[in-house]
Amino acid sequence: MIHSLFLINCSGDIFLEKHWKSVVSQSVCDYFFEAQEKAADVENVPPVISTPHHYLISIYRDKLFFVSVIQTEVPPLFVIEFLHRVADTFQDYFGSSNVGDTLPTGQLSNIPWRRAGVKYTNNEAYFDVVEEIDAIIDKSGSTVFAEIQGVIDACIKLSGMPDLSLSFMNPRLLDDVSFHPCIRFKRWESERVLSFIPPDGNFRLISYRVSSQNLVAIPVYVKHCISFKENSSCGRFDITIGPKQNMGKTIEGITVTVHMPKVVLNMNLTPTQGSYTFDPVTKVLTWDVGKITPQKLPSLKGLVNLQSGAPKPEENPSLNIQFKIQQLAISGLKVNRLDMYGEKYKPFKGVKYVTKAGKFQVRT
Amino acid sequence: MTDSKYFTTTKKGEIFELKAELNSDKKEKKKEAVKKVIASMTVGKDVSALFPDVVNCMQTDNLELKKLVYLYLMNYAKSQPDMAIMAVNTFVKDCEDPNPLIRALAVRTMGCIRVDKITEYLCEPLRKCLKDEDPYVRKTAAVCVAKLHDINAQLVEDQGFLDTLKDLISDSNPMVVANAVAALSEIAESHPSSNLLDLNPQSINKLLTALNECTEWGQIFILDCLANYTPKDDREAQSICERVTPRLSHANSAVVLSAVKVLMKFMEMLSKDLDYYGTLLKKLAPPLVTLLSAEPELQYVALRNINLIVQKRPEILKHEMKVFFVKYNDPIYVKLEKLDIMIRLASQANIAQVLAELKEYATEVDVDFVRKAVRAIGRCAIKVEQSAERCVSTLLDLIQTKVNYVVQEAIVVIKDIFRKYPNKYESVIATLCENLDSLDEPEARAAMIWIVGEYAERIDNADELLESFLEGFHDESTQVQLQLLTAIVKLFLKKPTETQELVQQVLSLATQDSDNPDLRDRGYIYWRLLSTDPVAAKEVVLAEKPLISEETDLIEPTLLDELICYIGTLASVYHKPPSAFVEGGRGVVHKSLPPRTASSESTESPETAPAGAPSGDQPDVIPTQGDLLGDLLNLDLGPPVSGPPLATSSVQMGAVDLLGGGLDSLMGDEPEGIGGPNFVAPSAATVPANLGASMGSGLSDLFDLTSGVGTLSGSYVAPKAVWLPAMKAKGLEISGTFTRQVGSISMDLQLTNKALQVMTDFAIQFNRNSFGLAPAAPLQIHAPLSPNQTVEISLPLNTVGSVMKMEPLNNLQVAVKNNIDVFYFSTLYPLHILFVEDGKMDRQMFLATWKDIPNENEAQFQIRDCPLNAEAVSSRLQSSNIFTVAKRNVEGQDMLYQSLKLTNGIWVLAELRIQPGNPSFTLSLKCRAPEVSQHVYQAYETILKN
Repeated sequence: MIHSLFLINCSGDIFLEKHWKSVVSQSVCDYFFEAQEKAADVENVPPVISTPHHYLISIYRDKLFFVSVIQTEVPPLFVIEFLHRVADTFQDYFGSSNVGDTLPTGQLSNIPWRRAGVKYTNNEAYFDVVEEIDAIIDKSGSTVFAEIQGVIDACIKLSGMPDLSLSFMNPRLLDDVSFHPCIRFKRWESERVLSFIPPDGNFRLISYRVSSQNLVAIPVYVKHCISFKENSSCGRFDITIGPKQNMGKTIEGITVTVHMPKVVLNMNLTPTQGSYTFDPVTKVLTWDVGKITPQKLPSLKGLVNLQSGAPKPEENPSLNIQFKIQQLAISGLKVNRLDMYGEKYKPFKGVKYVTKAGKFQVRT
Repeated sequence: MTDSKYFTTTKKGEIFELKAELNSDKKEKKKEAVKKVIASMTVGKDVSALFPDVVNCMQTDNLELKKLVYLYLMNYAKSQPDMAIMAVNTFVKDCEDPNPLIRALAVRTMGCIRVDKITEYLCEPLRKCLKDEDPYVRKTAAVCVAKLHDINAQLVEDQGFLDTLKDLISDSNPMVVANAVAALSEIAESHPSSNLLDLNPQSINKLLTALNECTEWGQIFILDCLANYTPKDDREAQSICERVTPRLSHANSAVVLSAVKVLMKFMEMLSKDLDYYGTLLKKLAPPLVTLLSAEPELQYVALRNINLIVQKRPEILKHEMKVFFVKYNDPIYVKLEKLDIMIRLASQANIAQVLAELKEYATEVDVDFVRKAVRAIGRCAIKVEQSAERCVSTLLDLIQTKVNYVVQEAIVVIKDIFRKYPNKYESVIATLCENLDSLDEPEARAAMIWIVGEYAERIDNADELLESFLEGFHDESTQVQLQLLTAIVKLFLKKPTETQELVQQVLSLATQDSDNPDLRDRGYIYWRLLSTDPVAAKEVVLAEKPLISEETDLIEPTLLDELICYIGTLASVYHKPPSAFVEGGRGVVHKSLPPRTASSESTESPETAPAGAPSGDQPDVIPTQGDLLGDLLNLDLGPPVSGPPLATSSVQMGAVDLLGGGLDSLMGDEPEGIGGPNFVAPSAATVPANLGASMGSGLSDLFDLTSGVGTLSGSYVAPKAVWLPAMKAKGLEISGTFTRQVGSISMDLQLTNKALQVMTDFAIQFNRNSFGLAPAAPLQIHAPLSPNQTVEISLPLNTVGSVMKMEPLNNLQVAVKNNIDVFYFSTLYPLHILFVEDGKMDRQMFLATWKDIPNENEAQFQIRDCPLNAEAVSSRLQSSNIFTVAKRNVEGQDMLYQSLKLTNGIWVLAELRIQPGNPSFTLSLKCRAPEVSQHVYQAYETILKN
């Protein structure tokens, strides 16, 4: 399986290496650096690279490359999934400054994902239904592609071995679901109820996808006019954001990011609301809008300065929109009830909903 | 208090200090010291000098301290093998500790100490642990066997650990089962021939039970192991599929993909009629799509696999086009894969969407991606005929942008569109010519030159244009030079008066001033052609070109089938079998899909045609996916082709290389082999006389020959036709025909060696076909075939092979191997070889069945110019197993009611109306599988007219 693992930072230093069978020389990473050089952007380094004697399978997480060295035919997804777990673990471990002085002990239990003898004074079970809208909106404002990526994250602090059943008002929405191993698949198949003995603490209970286009509401619209004049060193930039199908909730946390063409030198804009920045090196325009109040729609207008003499840019930039709607799952998914069996106490229960923009792109 | 303090002591004399602390009596102090040692070790300081002191701490009840010491041991045992032996005793003791956690920890650490010297001491404790009462210990021990095997394989075998491991597959605990499978899989990889994972229905059942309960990583091993199993029948396959399907909902993408592999493989065994088959198809789409919302690295691997799945079973994802639309911030490697899959899924139904997307992509920033997008538009035009016009206008829009690389790509693909749809879009030539000066890439220049040469008569200044290229002839790449040579010769043949000087100039440049042998050869051939016989030259150079095929980069079907077995592995990412790239080819066993269990019903339920493949009465000229490109062209093109149509669809594809045969050298680097057919024509003109059969069209040979040699006893036998011309098979020429005599079908072959070397080692294989035709015996050619020798052989066939519906229905794809290469061809077999001897239906039955079959299944045909009377017709048909059930005379017309049965049990009922004195008969056919009617009619034609 994985022969060796190298951790490489953004400046190309191999700062950690681990070998399981025999030591593979660091020079194997040169093939990786070569590929990195070829790729214009760090994100574009191919995840599977073949070298004369090894295969390098890598992931890119938090400005670090996890490069694994493989010598035999393996399922690459196995390796990639595993590397992501390693990265998750590092994040958990180093992310919090408070590292306990007892090393974790693997405890035996009949349920592999739950420790035995868990005890809490306050027994709580919280669920977060988080939905992200991935969408491509074309120039004219019609939806080219839209789907919802949803997850239910759980934070369960319950004593003993609780057996939970979570039911939904409208389980039919969920036809493409990935489950945490704790969920009893048969119950779901027959009754559409999530029945499980939860792991202790935070975990992702399910993730799901709603793709049927008519079910995916698009909560915002963007009016845009970005134009560059022929043979002139300036252009016009004008975007306005408004609410569309927001189910009566406030849309907040709106940010618009635009990768402007290379020939753009600077931008001179006025926002009616929020603030904007333009980074002349990366050519990224970021407009932090905040909330939409329907009475006065936020807009950002002004001039674009282009490099003089350069031809007018061919490509039109895409707008990347971020937003957040509290207390709403845009797919309409609603939790009906949570029942607990196997333990006597009465837990405190709660469900929170939030909808966010995922990869939400507007073409101009 | 945090652990970071352990890393801060970097004083001098540290080692001594630590040594003292390690030997302290206080437990707490000892533990602190070991932590400091481990901390130093992880930052790369050498603390190996402390080995004996640390090992002394090993004997403790404190689990935490023990773990730390073990950690130290794993790191330094290799560099201090002699001292490592000191630890052995403790290991042995720990393996008997009452605490299962300690037992497991000990056995795990043992496996990680890769020191040959101590391995044999570890056998006994390991043996105990493998049979431990606690499953946690057993599962840890299972993995330890694999680790030990890596260090000393012989030892593991001698100690019988492999058998113990096999027993663990039947363990009651799912984790133990999973780890045993993982260990065995790893060991099996270095022992490809061993039957370590020989599975039987009982062990399969164990695995399936464990599958539901073990960890995600264990599930991957179990699924991969299941994929190597071949169920004994479709029922077992279905029951395994049913139990694997829940894995598609797993959060771990590797589990999902391994489950997809098992399902894709076992599906092959399920009959398409089953409801379950359809259910399974539907269940496969959502998880595949879900993989695309994961991290980009996972997406990439998923997309490479989806690419294979889409080629094998396009129906799974045909409605999911949109998820492959590209987001501007996808990594480039994801973008390119998505684009490829989009084209594969493009069909008439979704082409508008696809084109709109592609046009969008063509204005992106990334040059590579833009180029691919433009090419994709061209591929769409060629794949989906209805969209060609829109594609061309999209391409013209793109040319207007004047972006240099966009224009060049557009011109390259427009050339292909011209090839595919001749005389349709030439109006755009003027626009193309405007961009002549901006072309600086060889491929684009060559394409433009081809266009100018091909349409010289419509371009007023074609000679000026070509002349302008000629100025820098020697600086051009070979591709451009070859193209320029051909184009100018074409121009000369079209406008001889004005261009004589030009052609002389290019011929002399090519033949006298060039170092390139391809160029010189082509120059000489043209020169001689032009000087000896200008008329022949015209026929050769301006010959009608064969059509090009839609899919130029499909994976060859057998390779595709193999790759499907490797879904989720590196092979699926590289689209190569592991033998092609795994180092040393060690552990590589070729895998193949299980054969479908032959079901007599399967031909009656037509497979959904691959996306974009039109289905009509006429056999389609463009082979559908998976067909052997050129040969179908050869068969279906029909008479109007001058010269033998050649498979010159593409040079990019592996399979075509095989077909191209000896022509490759003549064709040189020419991108689409335009020169190919031209050169061959003259030789073809002389060949037919000797062969006694036209090389033009297999169809006409089979059905239109008037000089009948039909035998009276047994079915009609068509004269042999050339199936594989010598020039396509490196000198091997194969002609043949099909016969049916007293219940047995055979393929009569005539093999001629037209090469200069001896041919040996012949073998033959059929692709799956509509009626399961397969060789009943190997091809037996005992003596080597020397040059110019011909051998006749009759190959017995049966109909118990794998069934797959072909288009046309009676298409048979054949691969013939000899010591030189493997050659592919396809042929159409007359349906009457499948008419069985017991095809006579009882009268009552006939009447009932005739009524029972709905009228829309009735097909009517005219058989013209047949001078026979009813008697003669009846007896002639009977000899080919078409039986007359009843005969009536209605208003002076003879009505013959006839029945026949196909080898797969399909009945066909016929009513033949004969009017005395009128040579035209009317044939009505009724059958539950109406798609056979057309072919039965052809059989009637053939039998009656010969």
